[in-house]
Amino acid sequence: MTGVDTGAARGPSLAGRLGVDRSVAIAFGCILLILAAGALYSPAFLSPEYLLQQLQVGAFLGIIASGAMMVILLGHIDLSIPWVVTLGAMMATAMVGWGGAAGVWLCIPFGVLCGAFIGTLNGLGVAYLRLPSMIFTLGMNAVVQGLMVLHTGGFAPQDQATRAMHFLAVQRSLFGIPNALFVWALAGFFVIYVLKRTAFGRAVYAVGNRESAAYLSGVNTNRVLIGCFAFSGAMAAFAGVLLAGYSNKAYQNMGDAYLLPAIAAVVLGGTNILGGRGNYLGTIAGVILITLLQSILSVMQMPEAGRQVIYGCVIIVMLLIYGRGAKARS
Amino acid sequence: MSAGAVSNGRYWIAHNAGVLTAAVLFAVMFTLYVSNHSAGLTPAVATTAANKAVLLALVAMAQTLPVLTRGLDLSVGMVFVMTNCIASAIVVGTVGEGLVGIVAVLAIGALAGFVNGAIVVWGRLQPIITTLATGAVYYGIALFIRPSPGGDVQSDIADLLTGQVFGVVPAALVVLAAVVLVVWIPYRRSVLGRAAYAVGSNEQAAYMSGVPVQRAKLLAYTLAGLLASVGGLMLTFNTYSGEASAPIAGSYTLNSIAAVVIGGTSLFGGWGSAIGSIFGAFVLRTIEDLLFVFDLPPLWQPLFQGVVLLAAVSLGAFRILRVRNRLELLT
Repeated sequence: MTGVDTGAARGPSLAGRLGVDRSVAIAFGCILLILAAGALYSPAFLSPEYLLQQLQVGAFLGIIASGAMMVILLGHIDLSIPWVVTLGAMMATAMVGWGGAAGVWLCIPFGVLCGAFIGTLNGLGVAYLRLPSMIFTLGMNAVVQGLMVLHTGGFAPQDQATRAMHFLAVQRSLFGIPNALFVWALAGFFVIYVLKRTAFGRAVYAVGNRESAAYLSGVNTNRVLIGCFAFSGAMAAFAGVLLAGYSNKAYQNMGDAYLLPAIAAVVLGGTNILGGRGNYLGTIAGVILITLLQSILSVMQMPEAGRQVIYGCVIIVMLLIYGRGAKARS
Repeated sequence: MSAGAVSNGRYWIAHNAGVLTAAVLFAVMFTLYVSNHSAGLTPAVATTAANKAVLLALVAMAQTLPVLTRGLDLSVGMVFVMTNCIASAIVVGTVGEGLVGIVAVLAIGALAGFVNGAIVVWGRLQPIITTLATGAVYYGIALFIRPSPGGDVQSDIADLLTGQVFGVVPAALVVLAAVVLVVWIPYRRSVLGRAAYAVGSNEQAAYMSGVPVQRAKLLAYTLAGLLASVGGLMLTFNTYSGEASAPIAGSYTLNSIAAVVIGGTSLFGGWGSAIGSIFGAFVLRTIEDLLFVFDLPPLWQPLFQGVVLLAAVSLGAFRILRVRNRLELLT
């Protein structure tokens, strides 16, 4: 299908093994294009400091997109991301107040666990109630929103980030590389390992391609669904914890700005929104692409209106280049 | 649909079970609301309720059409907000100028829908991601027109359409009925309307049977844009201003999907009707009103709304009890 598969007889080429297909190559090409355009505007765009800054900001989106990608590979979608991000941040910061000395240690795992719990509920609804994920996660988003409004309004919880969260999200401990980038790398390696090296990963692709076929081949498809949704919830909540560290505070609506970019990043990276096809390298490209695009538009002091229009047009144009579906007759 | 089907009462009830459930649910909830309202059912109470509910009803109707073709329009809320902003800028002046403005706003809404449809049909992109992206574009246009809330609207038309007809019937309901009569019913009976259902049930089979698949989809998305712009106009008449608000757009998009589901339309396409979505929208709005009259602490209201929303959409799970073969579920 692609030009890189030159050595078909000798097994997949290096590029093929790494998952570089046409869409991923185009996505990386677009990143270079954006950087070149930025460099023409100001050479500061190519400075390591600026690029590291972008990667740090992109790490939050990347962590959320890691979870969103697992769900999209199944052919489902997780629309509860916005408030699960907020949930992760609020639960983690509140745990410090509830748990005292132990709370400082427990807060990050607790926040992530809360997200995983909501994700598990999403998975149960999709797997056992057989409800469309789009509508079930939407309802779950509303429920979590209600819980968080009650939480912040009723109990005046602690909302300050701990030093550990700040350390993970903002500080740079190794060669000036932001810690958030290492966290994203860990999440990324985990996803790559699961997808490429485990039976669970194979099952994710199988379910995404045709769930009934996977079921008849003996895959416990419900377990796969629940696992992916739980992972998505955990990642969203984890990103929320980091975002709380980044802004030193948990606040309402902090996750609203992440749902569409996360889905767009996954899809721009070549993952089929109907499931069954896609790889993590593409998601990395998509995340960097979206982050750079947002950053460059704001550096150019483009007003919000123009940013939205360009942002939407870029997604459409890029997908028209490589994301088109098959014709009806085939 | 045909004369034979109508005479068969049981078939008709089975066919419209979703719509009927939503209608009954709404009737019960609205009765509960009115009987607990201090003023009872006065024209003023009904008009306030109708003005709010009709906005969501129009957006939900818009959402129904792409859903019937097994698509989705995540940009309805954005088109709603964009046309609201445009209307607050051009539906001004004399009544005549206002009417011209209204026509222009409707045309812009239909154009926005057509762009969605064109990208889905000719670009062959997935509806979810297409409308996600075009939604950002429409929101950008709304922001461009109204960087901050403001504007005005022709007040004679606004008063006429948000007041009462003969002092009793809320005018907004008349507008909604007119939209059903002028847009939905002719569409449902047209060749392309039936084609939309066929495409939704099985696109491959529809294509093989010579159904105009592309035109059916194009029309569905275009009409969705048109209906959303009717909603945007009504919003302008209610608020006398335009506001490019992403939260409003988002909540209308999400609630429209919920209303479609509550109204008995299948998200898998090919089954349902816009009438059901109207009742679905009414149900969702009455929930909010009920929380108000029952004096629930304001802090608890979002949670309660969320739980009711989740419970309402979970009603769809009852189909698993009717399934004879597990494989039917795994599609």
